[in-house]
Amino acid sequence: MTETIEQTAAERYRARPLTRVQRLRRLLHRHPGISPTVVLLGSVISFWLINDRFLLPANLSLILQQVAIIGALAVGQTMIVLTAGIDLSVGAIMIFVTMVMGTLAGELGVPGVLAFVVGAAVGAAAGLVNGILVAYVKLPPFIVTLGTLGVFTALALLMSGGRSIRGDVLGSFLTWTATPVGLGPFNLTVGVLLVLLMYAGVAFALSQTSWGRHVYAVGNDPAAARLAGIRVRAVLLSVYVSAGVVFAFAAWVLIGRVGAATTNSAVDANLDSITAVVIGGTSLFGGRGRVLGTLLGALIVGVFRNGLALARVDVLWQTFAIGVLIIAAVSLDQWIRRTGAQR
Amino acid sequence: MNDTSMATDAPRLSARGLVKTYGPVVAIDGVDLDLYPGEVLAVIGDNGAGKSTLIKCLTGAEIPDVGTLKVEGRSVHFRNPQDAQAAGIETVYQQLALAPALDIASNIFLGRERRRPGLVGKVTRGLDHRAMREFAEAKISELGIQTLQDITQLVETLSGGQRQAVAVARAIAFGSRVVVLDEPTAALGVRETAQVLDVIRRLREQDVSVILISHNMPNVFDVADRIHVQRLGRRAAVVTPETHTPADAVAIMTGAAPGDSGDGGEEGALP
Repeated sequence: MTETIEQTAAERYRARPLTRVQRLRRLLHRHPGISPTVVLLGSVISFWLINDRFLLPANLSLILQQVAIIGALAVGQTMIVLTAGIDLSVGAIMIFVTMVMGTLAGELGVPGVLAFVVGAAVGAAAGLVNGILVAYVKLPPFIVTLGTLGVFTALALLMSGGRSIRGDVLGSFLTWTATPVGLGPFNLTVGVLLVLLMYAGVAFALSQTSWGRHVYAVGNDPAAARLAGIRVRAVLLSVYVSAGVVFAFAAWVLIGRVGAATTNSAVDANLDSITAVVIGGTSLFGGRGRVLGTLLGALIVGVFRNGLALARVDVLWQTFAIGVLIIAAVSLDQWIRRTGAQR
Repeated sequence: MNDTSMATDAPRLSARGLVKTYGPVVAIDGVDLDLYPGEVLAVIGDNGAGKSTLIKCLTGAEIPDVGTLKVEGRSVHFRNPQDAQAAGIETVYQQLALAPALDIASNIFLGRERRRPGLVGKVTRGLDHRAMREFAEAKISELGIQTLQDITQLVETLSGGQRQAVAVARAIAFGSRVVVLDEPTAALGVRETAQVLDVIRRLREQDVSVILISHNMPNVFDVADRIHVQRLGRRAAVVTPETHTPADAVAIMTGAAPGDSGDGGEEGALP
């Protein structure tokens, strides 16, 4: 209607045709799932060219089982990172819950289902502690979870006294996650399917519910979210508590995978879960990212470790490669994000 | 629903004796304010005169130490911005309070998302994205903002004026009767400023009351019906563009000329 006003020089500049690189960058910015997908497919094809055993269903099944634990933790980690937080205690909570479930079922003879329910409650309580310290006491999440990392690790060790509880005394419910499930040529476990289900559930909650929108808004800018009428502290608390429940499910998957309740497994899980989140394209500054990206991130890490092992590369070089991958992923992310400032 | 001819005489929002202190700092010191239906009330004042604090007290972002607030004649106590929203008072903050990584529709519905109808929405708590987009599109065209074409555009890709438009659309989209705009043109160019002023006039036509906080005298004298001049934490005067020039208003604002209510100047009341 009033479009008769002349364009200014800056507006003409803004309306200029884009170069191919700029267009690519905007495409990647709009669809953040593209770059991890490309990396995943690229690495799968490369490792297959190096060793054709890589693409055998048995090997792909093995990769899925190997990434199940980290993948499960990374679900909760993604939720926390989206609020511009970070959780260094994810693995400690998982192992603590593992020992709670194991002690209850294996030593006190509590039925497996009840042991799991108590374990889930302990996971939620652990999340609640982190959440209260972050949302209400207003301590930085890094510091809070650095502290609770020590606390929960110590509690798990105190509870176990350094002993492992073997799977055969845990009962069929807690080890049910190890049950094999044949899907065509693939050989998965109940635990793997459970993890995939968690991804689907959290992806739905984050993208399709108002709670999910609020998580993103809080991570974007907590002050703005508050002014928009979002109860910021309640959202933060709900994120840490539901992440705690996710870690309890991870503990269940861990018991099945290891075949025992032990404090000696998954010791690198804290940082590996962050690796999966970052490679999956979720911003550590909060408010940007997708949980399905994290699934791709976890798979990329699993594919790299497995593929390099099949190529007979030393395990230290695998760690080296994952390190390079993290930096490459974040650099790519920064480059893509720079488009956000333009138009 | 309400008879405007009857309601015109009663203020839609009125504040009496608002005081807000931050430790030893007295931000506002017994301020009165009345806002009538379908008027544009500008609030002007020098830095530190208490404009922002006054507005925060009216919109629930701060709780006044002393003083009363009435909406449509009923006494209210806002403990947070949601209380004020529930009473029909919406605020567009200077910092805009948008989530840059969400799209325009999501931002307009931020904090009051619409769920899918029926059992599906109840069970899954899933959002009705399509209905929200259509509603947002309708509201934006109602405002006459042509610069926003794609409702699924991320807010971080918008210009300052476009972001302002999104924030204003959000403020009026849900039938509020009072809209508070804090420095809506401060970051805008001439053309975008003109658009925002048009939006303000359109709000007045729709019988929405607007409080406009601004430093920009030409803008204020362009759209305001009355002008509340804040000085040193108090209301120095309420003037109109018909009786006063911008120079007069600035004089009251800076204390060079006396105000009409209290100690805007040492001489006392204006004749």
